[in-house]
Amino acid sequence: MFIEQLVNGLTLGSIYALFALGYTMVYGILLMINFAHSEIFMVGAYIGFWMLSCLPIFAPQFLPAYFLIIFILSMLGAGLLAVMVERLSYKPLRKACRLAPLISAIGVSIFLQNLVMLTVSAQSQPYPEKLPIRQFHLFGVQISSLQIFIFGLAILLMIILRIFISRTKLGKAMRAVAENHTVAQLMGININTVISLVFLIGGGLGGIAGVLNGLYYGSIKYNMGFLPGIKAFTAAVLGGIGNIKGAMLGGFILGIVEALAAGYISSENKDVIAFVILILVLLFRPTGIFGEEVTEKI
Amino acid sequence: MKINRSIIWIIILLLLIILPLAGYNCGNYYAIHVAGLVGIYCILCVGLNITVGYTGLLDLGFMAFCAIGAYSAALLSIKGIPFWITLPISLFLGGFIRYLVGAPVLRLRGDYLAIVTLAFGEIVRLIANNFDWLTNGPKGLPRAGERIAEIRLFSLVFKDDLLFLYLILFFLLGTIITSYRLEHSRIGRALVAIREDELAAKLSGIDVPQIKSVAFVLSGMFGALAGAIYVHWIGFISPEMFTFWESVLLVSMLVIGGMGNIAGAILGVFLLVGIPEILRPVLGTKFVDYRMLIFGMIMIAVIIFRPEGILRSNRRALELHTKEKE
Repeated sequence: MFIEQLVNGLTLGSIYALFALGYTMVYGILLMINFAHSEIFMVGAYIGFWMLSCLPIFAPQFLPAYFLIIFILSMLGAGLLAVMVERLSYKPLRKACRLAPLISAIGVSIFLQNLVMLTVSAQSQPYPEKLPIRQFHLFGVQISSLQIFIFGLAILLMIILRIFISRTKLGKAMRAVAENHTVAQLMGININTVISLVFLIGGGLGGIAGVLNGLYYGSIKYNMGFLPGIKAFTAAVLGGIGNIKGAMLGGFILGIVEALAAGYISSENKDVIAFVILILVLLFRPTGIFGEEVTEKI
Repeated sequence: MKINRSIIWIIILLLLIILPLAGYNCGNYYAIHVAGLVGIYCILCVGLNITVGYTGLLDLGFMAFCAIGAYSAALLSIKGIPFWITLPISLFLGGFIRYLVGAPVLRLRGDYLAIVTLAFGEIVRLIANNFDWLTNGPKGLPRAGERIAEIRLFSLVFKDDLLFLYLILFFLLGTIITSYRLEHSRIGRALVAIREDELAAKLSGIDVPQIKSVAFVLSGMFGALAGAIYVHWIGFISPEMFTFWESVLLVSMLVIGGMGNIAGAILGVFLLVGIPEILRPVLGTKFVDYRMLIFGMIMIAVIIFRPEGILRSNRRALELHTKEKE
């Protein structure tokens, strides 16, 4: 039971962690909660859904390439949508009071949800099962290849992101902009490009989290982003919002806690537990586990 | 000027008394029902305005307090306790729980506060959904065989929409007067000071946590009031009425109508609830499907191009437009 829930938790945590990275990166750079990120996740899932149902697999040996293309295209689609959202609805508000972008993001969220509901479907739809799933018996518990796949893919993407941020010039520019907009600008960094890049990467990771979520649970709906969105935000806060390593770890911690709570306490109230964690962390340690103490700018 | 104003108020009051009666006599029951709904939303929105508009604290879980008011009123009245006793209990409960939530939460910065209120709103909804023994879960109250008692005032039994409309208007008037008096009181000015610059407010000797708490509790009580009336009117509640999107809808009404302005809050309700409901029979249900899509766009446009809302509060407009110079 324990190991089984641990495996479930790690799978769930992988999705939360990928999802949380988008929240944390945007917060790190703009100090805003990108409320519309949960809709990027949803749209990502729908792009994946659309391609999985439209594109045929020609031969079984093309399967890895097929999924690679689908993942890359859904990431790209979700990322570009996130960039567009930023350009249209957050950028004009960069100098406004702090609540303005949050309200604008809520507007975007309402808009995107209803757009998908009206243009695609208001019902939940089954996700195409094109990925062959095998069951393994390890340590006396059943593990599906899908769970290993989700976990592996999440770790791979996180490693790529780490390398990108710590080793490349663009990554350096991102860190500089997160530190101080004005100074970064004085060093010749184009802030708008960097912010767009952050939305592209964050949105892309959110989009692929959506696809993985669809593959894992087997169905999607226009409002599927809301609950995982709050949980991913909780994960980001848990790890210290703005902190990339923290978001990854926070995602895994939250996934495991939720799976264990579902297994040992009650599966009905597992969402309540996630919300309680969110409130408690924000109340007692708003800087999260890894977050550094930040004095508020006046 | 002063005489003019009071004449306008008297005319509005008379219209509010005569119009429902006229509508009822013409057989326009749907309009009466919509008016009642608009009235309930107005109480909620004017109440929420105290937190969001005056104090500048974004609250994304306001429906939780409406739910607390509604569930407490329903549970008590099923036991046969009359409305005029359950109402103060519901109000107290709404205010008290809001106080308990607010005490630790109000220390948080703006956007964190928004998320915590959101989480609390969802917790209340999930509890209502999962605690079957108390709330009958998703099936809602009252359970089969039970009945929410009618509101009685002397020999008057509130049963049809018309009487309820008058009751709602009565409480709405009370809400508006309270809110108006608050806005122009010492506390109201302190709230605005906190909204515009918390540090400066603190330095001017305002007890920031306490004043915030007063605003927070008061608006929670209005939420509970609306819930308690609503449940007696409709005679049924379920957790699905208090979703996050309802809370968001309230905030968008304030944003579009004009934050910090009572008239703005009421205008927001008319735009987002009144007009769609009136147009529903005309344009069909297809329009109702599209309204949220349109509201989303309007919300973004308003916050970008006219952040003070359609009917602006002068103080807020002043604040928003002087900041641009920085």
